[in-house]
Amino acid sequence: MGFGGAMLSQIPVMGSPIAPEAVLDGGIDVAVKKQMADIVLNAARSRGATYADCRIGRYLNQYVITRENKVENLVNTESYGMGIRVIANGCWGFAATDKLDTDSIAKAAAQAVAIAKENSRLQSEPVKLLPQKGYGEVSWKTPIERNAFEVPIKEKVDLLLSVNDAAMKAGANYVNSLLFLVNEQKYFASTDGSYIDQDIHRIWPVFGATKIDPKTSKFETRQSLSSPRGMGYEYLMPRESDKIKGTPTVLYRDRYDMIEDARAAAIQADQKLKAKSVEPGKYDLILDPSHLWLTIHESVGHPTELDRVLGYEANFAGTSFLTLDKWESKKFQFGSKNVNILADKLQPGSLGAVGYDDEGVKTKQWDIIKDGVLVNYQSIRDQGHIIGLTESQGCCYADNWSSVQFQRMPNISLQAGNSPLKPMDMIKNVEKGIYIIGDSSFSIDQQRYNFQFSGQLYYEIKNGKIVGMLNDVAYQSNTQEFWNSCSAVCDQSDYRLGGSFFDGKGQPMQSSAVSHGSSTARFNGVNIINTARKI
Amino acid sequence: MAILTEEQARALLTKALSYSKAEQCEVNLSGGDSSNIRYARNSVSTSGGISRNSLVVSSAFGKKLGTATINEFDDASLEKAVRRSEELAQLAPENPEFMPFLGPQNYGAPTPTFVQSTADITPKQRADMVQQSLQVAKDSKLTAAGFLESSAGFSAIMNSKGLFAYNTATDINFSVTMRTADGKGSGYATKAFNDVGKMDTLAFSKVAARKASGSVNTKALEPGKYTVILEPAAGIVLLEQLYGGLDARSADEGRSFLSKAGGKTRWGEKLVDERVNIYSDPANPELPTSRWNGDGRVQEKISWIEKGVVKNLFYSRYWAQKKGVKATPGPDGIIMEGGTQSLEDLVKGTEKGILVTRLWYIRPVDPQTLLYTGLTRDGTFYIENGQIKFPVKNFRFNESPVIMLNNLEALGKTERTVSGESGQNALIPPMKIRDFTFSSLSDAV
Repeated sequence: MGFGGAMLSQIPVMGSPIAPEAVLDGGIDVAVKKQMADIVLNAARSRGATYADCRIGRYLNQYVITRENKVENLVNTESYGMGIRVIANGCWGFAATDKLDTDSIAKAAAQAVAIAKENSRLQSEPVKLLPQKGYGEVSWKTPIERNAFEVPIKEKVDLLLSVNDAAMKAGANYVNSLLFLVNEQKYFASTDGSYIDQDIHRIWPVFGATKIDPKTSKFETRQSLSSPRGMGYEYLMPRESDKIKGTPTVLYRDRYDMIEDARAAAIQADQKLKAKSVEPGKYDLILDPSHLWLTIHESVGHPTELDRVLGYEANFAGTSFLTLDKWESKKFQFGSKNVNILADKLQPGSLGAVGYDDEGVKTKQWDIIKDGVLVNYQSIRDQGHIIGLTESQGCCYADNWSSVQFQRMPNISLQAGNSPLKPMDMIKNVEKGIYIIGDSSFSIDQQRYNFQFSGQLYYEIKNGKIVGMLNDVAYQSNTQEFWNSCSAVCDQSDYRLGGSFFDGKGQPMQSSAVSHGSSTARFNGVNIINTARKI
Repeated sequence: MAILTEEQARALLTKALSYSKAEQCEVNLSGGDSSNIRYARNSVSTSGGISRNSLVVSSAFGKKLGTATINEFDDASLEKAVRRSEELAQLAPENPEFMPFLGPQNYGAPTPTFVQSTADITPKQRADMVQQSLQVAKDSKLTAAGFLESSAGFSAIMNSKGLFAYNTATDINFSVTMRTADGKGSGYATKAFNDVGKMDTLAFSKVAARKASGSVNTKALEPGKYTVILEPAAGIVLLEQLYGGLDARSADEGRSFLSKAGGKTRWGEKLVDERVNIYSDPANPELPTSRWNGDGRVQEKISWIEKGVVKNLFYSRYWAQKKGVKATPGPDGIIMEGGTQSLEDLVKGTEKGILVTRLWYIRPVDPQTLLYTGLTRDGTFYIENGQIKFPVKNFRFNESPVIMLNNLEALGKTERTVSGESGQNALIPPMKIRDFTFSSLSDAV
């Protein structure tokens, strides 16, 4: 699952508010963390654990929340504590505490072992971990240019109020905007001999501009075309070379011009109110990366998660139609020859980029779909042996020190086409189609066959030309049919990252942030429904 | 830190407030312990215990507000948190919508949200409850995946204007999905209670098992408009979109399904079938909830939809003041009145229809009409002449809860259920609805 910009007013505030200067504290010294880790690992071993890891985490968020000319809220949150995971009697156990004195953490280690032992009677076979060498003491940091937490609050507030002002002056009746910053400072240690210190940064600027027609009482909102990124404040420093022009609205690569986009959004919200309601039927779709990322996320990212394939998520997120026999056949045609999907935990600027995952595995990249054929999954240490791996793919993540780590999606991206092709050239060959920009409503079944997606902007294409804007559009398809209808992908110059800040999975549910890159792609003969109703 | 008693919480909050130099100061203290077992493939997967507490200090100077928190409770840490919140308040821009903190409120007698036996659950008890569920799977040759979580916590609020409130609560939450070995059948059950004594993992697992075994060899029906019977676990995920959308401000601003031309709203108008009555009541013995909400406002028994008419909307304190009305907080624990018929009775009274166990992946499509999409899951059956005839392939729906409640045919007996989407508890009946819109088929089991 994912949460799009439409969730603006429902952003979950994880952790608790803290003062602004506190976020600049360096936290406790690495040497102290190592001492604490050794206490916990020894306590777990002495109680009978055959494996143990601990994560000392300091999770910082900052929200600047505004509407029109007002700052609604300014929140700094911090969550600090330790999570301890063990294997005892061949079974996982986990305990977490926010009391980090020696007695409390040793007690938590004992609790994790006790839980593992108690639950081992419910287990059918012992946990098997892929081997992992210890890295000793290592560190990794998101390569940011400007730490967004160090940018003065006034600068951030001024930016958002300028965004709102631009939208209001361009005709919006209402505008909400939000800047959301994340810094995960996490220290991992395990009985394999790794002590890993990481400093991870993410940023998400987002707005929604609403226009109301007072005569009809109809309203439309156009959300921002930004994407959440694994970057610093530099993402919000516009650069002409990162703009794609010549399309119906300006599109953005690795730098975002929030004010320019807000101005366009207000005008386009008004255009949406006047747009023609779509005629249902089959259309060729031209999907911009600001939209396609979410379709990739739901229909490629989730079904290729090995834990879902195996049934570990059957009670909540669901299972997957990409069963092991399809992978074993080495000829399951997931998509057309144009479809090449890469799993990647390294990509600079992406949400999934880290040095090591949350069970101490160095990150990498690998093929998931090659020339349309399913070739691999995403997995972690306790599942990799099932698909014959000898080392983990490094996809383990926990959203907080208090959450147990499990398999989470790496960046999953559609690779650009090899032949030169730009979006507007792609449109020239479309007889009857719709060009969709931006993400909106999204829903997919629990095995990832049937989906329905909407966007922010829909442009009708007739005989190779954009002839106007449409409204009330959603497309429904079956994952395999959809990806096999992919007839072209634009070249690398059009490649951009989208992503989700809040991909939900697991019980208790945890959020993960993940990017999905693509160039604009074409899908032939997709079913469009009209979503207009009367109440 | 274990759950603090009311007196311990009062003493700690009083001490925190004593450090304040702000014009107004409010402190919130909450914490608790939770433990869970997760299982899949007929075996335990992850499980754990989590203990956490938090003190939040909000200080205000004029209309400037700052907040800070700490999870250590010695005197120096308390003072540090207060000082930090004051510094932040001085940095924050003035918020014209800032409302002064509330003075003392009369909350009435506490509600039975806390059950000692739930707080006292041991790891062995939890494992035994899961073992019962796994045994059902084994006996029925099915594969179980499930989740059992118990928690006990407290929360308290105090401010410089004399307000104080305290509450404790327990919860036990269970859900299970049973699947046939060939992956062609799937069944589901979920329940949540304050009192562990009401949680029968054996019985609920048998329900899921029966649905799994009964849902193999599905037939595909054409998408279209059907009479459906939504079990409470299915109905709640659409109903909560309706009562969660009764926000006065968005209606007044013209950007809600309740908005009308000329700045008017549907407040006071008949919105749905006249048999629909939806209210919240913190003192309901089947669904007790806190007497106060997060900003200290009193939660009272209140009607939201009465005989199909929108009776009340909820307000932020700022918007209520601007509009000159009472600042009714949003609902916590929704109750929808039902009838006397059991689910079986509803099935018996149906000539042709579809029984829906669960709705899944609910997402908004159009806020103007409150149109939502999603899918059926884990047990969808065709009914003919009052009998369940055969399982059917899952459907995608596109439907608005407003339209749905206008197409009401019958209501069953109200029961407690929990939303698989939001995690919220509610008392709602199974609902029989005509012309429910299924727009496509899904191959998912």
